[in-house]
Amino acid sequence: MTGAIFTANALTKVYTSGEIKVLALREVDLEIWAGEVVVLLGPSGSGKSTLLNIMGGIDHATRGSLFFKDLDLTALGDRGLTAYRRKHVGFVFQFYNLIPSLTAYENVALVTEIAENPMRPDEALAHVGLEDRMHHFPAQLSGGEQQRVAIARAIAKRPEVLLCDEPTGALDSKTGIRVIEALLAINTQIGTTVLIITHNASIQDVADRVLFFADGQISKIRKNETRRAAAELSW
Amino acid sequence: MRALDIKLFRDLRRLWAQVLAIALVVAGGVASLLLAVGSYRSLDETRLAYYERYQFADVFATVRRAPKTLARRIAEIPGVAAVDTRIAKLALLDVPGFRQPATGQFISLPESGQPALNRLYIRVGRLPEPGSLAEVVVNENFANAHAFAPGSRFSAILNGRKRELVVAGIALSPEFIYAIGPGDTMVPDDRRFGVIWMSERALANVYDLEDAFSSVTLKLSREAIEAEAIDRLDALLDRYGGRAAYGRKDQPSHAFLEHELDMLRNMSRTLPPIFLLVAAFLVNLTLSRLVVLEREQIGLLKAVGYSSLAIASHYVKFVIVIVLIGIAIGGVAGTWLGTLVTKLFGEFFRFPFLVFIQSPDLYVTAAGLSLVSAIGGAIFALRDVVMLPPAVAMQPPAPPVFRHFLPARFALDRILSQPAMMMLRNIAHHPVRAGLTTLGMALAAAILVVSLFTRDTMEQLIDVTFFMADRQDATVSFIEKRPQDVVNQVARLPGVIAAEPYREVAARIRFGNIERRMMISGRPRDADLSRIIDVDLRIVELPEAGLAISDMLGKILGVSVGDVVEVDLLEERRRTVSLPIVALVEDYFGIKGMMDADALSRLMREAPAVDSVQLSFDDNQRELLFDALKAMPVVSGMALQRVSLGNFRETLALLITSMASIYTGLAATIAFGVVYNSARISLSERARELASLRVLGFTRGEVLRILLLELALLTLIAQPPGWAIGYGLAWIMRTNLAGELMRVPLTVTNLTYVLASAVVITAAALSALVVRRRINRLDLVSVLKTRD
Repeated sequence: MTGAIFTANALTKVYTSGEIKVLALREVDLEIWAGEVVVLLGPSGSGKSTLLNIMGGIDHATRGSLFFKDLDLTALGDRGLTAYRRKHVGFVFQFYNLIPSLTAYENVALVTEIAENPMRPDEALAHVGLEDRMHHFPAQLSGGEQQRVAIARAIAKRPEVLLCDEPTGALDSKTGIRVIEALLAINTQIGTTVLIITHNASIQDVADRVLFFADGQISKIRKNETRRAAAELSW
Repeated sequence: MRALDIKLFRDLRRLWAQVLAIALVVAGGVASLLLAVGSYRSLDETRLAYYERYQFADVFATVRRAPKTLARRIAEIPGVAAVDTRIAKLALLDVPGFRQPATGQFISLPESGQPALNRLYIRVGRLPEPGSLAEVVVNENFANAHAFAPGSRFSAILNGRKRELVVAGIALSPEFIYAIGPGDTMVPDDRRFGVIWMSERALANVYDLEDAFSSVTLKLSREAIEAEAIDRLDALLDRYGGRAAYGRKDQPSHAFLEHELDMLRNMSRTLPPIFLLVAAFLVNLTLSRLVVLEREQIGLLKAVGYSSLAIASHYVKFVIVIVLIGIAIGGVAGTWLGTLVTKLFGEFFRFPFLVFIQSPDLYVTAAGLSLVSAIGGAIFALRDVVMLPPAVAMQPPAPPVFRHFLPARFALDRILSQPAMMMLRNIAHHPVRAGLTTLGMALAAAILVVSLFTRDTMEQLIDVTFFMADRQDATVSFIEKRPQDVVNQVARLPGVIAAEPYREVAARIRFGNIERRMMISGRPRDADLSRIIDVDLRIVELPEAGLAISDMLGKILGVSVGDVVEVDLLEERRRTVSLPIVALVEDYFGIKGMMDADALSRLMREAPAVDSVQLSFDDNQRELLFDALKAMPVVSGMALQRVSLGNFRETLALLITSMASIYTGLAATIAFGVVYNSARISLSERARELASLRVLGFTRGEVLRILLLELALLTLIAQPPGWAIGYGLAWIMRTNLAGELMRVPLTVTNLTYVLASAVVITAAALSALVVRRRINRLDLVSVLKTRD
């Protein structure tokens, strides 16, 4: 591991909805190391997704600072964040968020067309074992397959970080394990830093570190001495 | 951006029905502009070319008898480019198989063939042999009305002697595009009025006009001043019994044609802009809602690194493609309809040829306006979505904060069903959206009202003109003005029930610098057949002295009651008098002066005289009456009101209503496009909610009802404002259409409102059917599983 890829200082996020203010993140301090696999655990509303969204540059912090290497994400405007996402970040969402009118291949191409040094879409799909389903539309794919297309889309740009929000949340255990396998393979093969949000405690064993969230704060950090392989998981 | 373009293409295909519906709205606006302005330009250009090629004169005058040598002096008037002298006489005709007296306008043709001015377009046959006493050329409308062909025979009473005539040719003339006979109301009666060209030698012989002329027409050079030329011509003709010369503006055929084209032009300046703006607004509205539906995909595109600009241009492209489809459909439809209308009017006017004008500037204007408004709508909608942080955009919008309408103790929910509550809260929560949807449907209803109201107007015009004002059965005109006792002569003819005198004097009216030519009519104060009716449908009683004028003329001159105007009397002993304006009559046709018959006689310093007699007669004795009139040598013709009305309905009214039908069709297309899109978009916006209801156990029918209840309510709410806006647009159009020749009353019947609403409601019902099929296919699992 070579230095911090993310450094957060007193990172705070307040959501205002009408008259109600919700403190989603309270002064979080954190460092994430390059090449790490980090699992974020905690109940709904504990701040995991908010942190991940700010790290991914798809949401703004209210106070505090967050650095990606030397880049101050909290100081960036829309244009800067767009460039940051385009260059460095891959996303995997719980509900895949594929464009329904594009095939698996085209969904990946959507990203490779704007990336600087991307893989070929078929290469990215091969990474997740979907080379045979390239020309299917999302509606013709199972949930696990759709999620793997989303992963292929996320890694095709060779991102430095892969941010995954509940990637197995909508999947059964067998399919979920395949998805985790794909994520870990990316980490090993390309060295991408992987952050995974999950409600599923059994996934924590594949991580280098586990961050426990409660009430917008990190309540505990646990370091795994050894990472288990995805195949050893079950839930 | 290949993948994005593929998405664009697939989205267009997936949403084809909506895309088509929006494109049709655009097409409606574009087509209306191309149709109206295109046909107007083509007809205007055709008329110009016709006038030019066939040397239509600029100035016209009649004299009792002037020597031909005068022509040289006329030619010396500054600005005169060409002079054509001729013999022109009205005469009674006797056409085989046509009992009614018909009238012929006889015009001489030079022995050399075509006249220098007002040349003939020979459709069939040839010009008469020089010097032939029998051969004539007749105008095509008259020939068609009597199925004449070269060789057909009829007779005329020329200077009191019956003569047999043979048709040598059938022709068109720029001078008689619109051939109005004496006594005709508004529209030509082709059966009883014909233009007959005959050898000059023959006519001169009959009327004792050797080396003389009774009519002269002039062509002016480009730099000539018409008024000056007319004054000089009048001065030359005065001692030969000249009636005042006049320009094209007062030439009956030209004036009517001008008025028709004016109506067309004003229609093209009124309806298409309204259509185009309404279409633009609706497209803007629809596309902005469509873009908002894409919120989550926009969020995703941003999350994976697309810039706001790239995303915006993707959706703008989407919008541009839709609008381009609309412009293409509208272009084809508008050009086709424009050609159709041009042909329709061309046939009505019997132009010998048609000049079709292509108007690229119109395409550009229509396309530009549609594109700008559509892109504007898209960008306006995108702005909000693109501003959202991607994380927020990808989430469905936060549940809106709904409010109670009334304090809880009123317990509305006990009165209203849950679906009704949902609908009301939904409307109350999106007041702007609901308001705009309502406005969209109201505008759809409004453009239908403004398209349909011209029919009401025509009926009102017919009612007032033919049943309230000019209630006579017939008008009998005389070759020259007659002493008043001719009224008693006519009254004694078989079948005549009542006869009233009618005198008309040509005059020029002046107030300050403004001057207009008009006719002053004189009729008895107690006239019962031909009455003056104002816009409030009251009978106008003429005062004993002074002049009443059309309200329109009053506006043109800037006079009000009590002002004194100068009037040049252009007949008999010409003189200029000062007359007080005693009444402004808001009438529908022409600009005219009206006086009590006795007052007019005093003014003319003449014994009471008449130009025509209005009469009512017993229809059982009509044939006897016709024969008796034909036997009267002073009669120049007889116009039947019933025939005039029939002709009015068949021609003018038909033209106007067919234009209105085309506009109604376009308006209906726009209405359907709007309503269908409203329904489809609310289905998309509420798909999740509706699917949830289905999961909870609501039936398809119940879910459909919830969705359609709102649409139905908004559709109904939209009708009254739609009527109001429609009435306002009709008012604008009525004001724009008002001209010197004709004003239309602003009449919108309840039937028009009902029809307009029926079209919108039918569009809503058809949309509901389409939406029902969608609801039946609503995929519950996929809708629910992709969201939390």
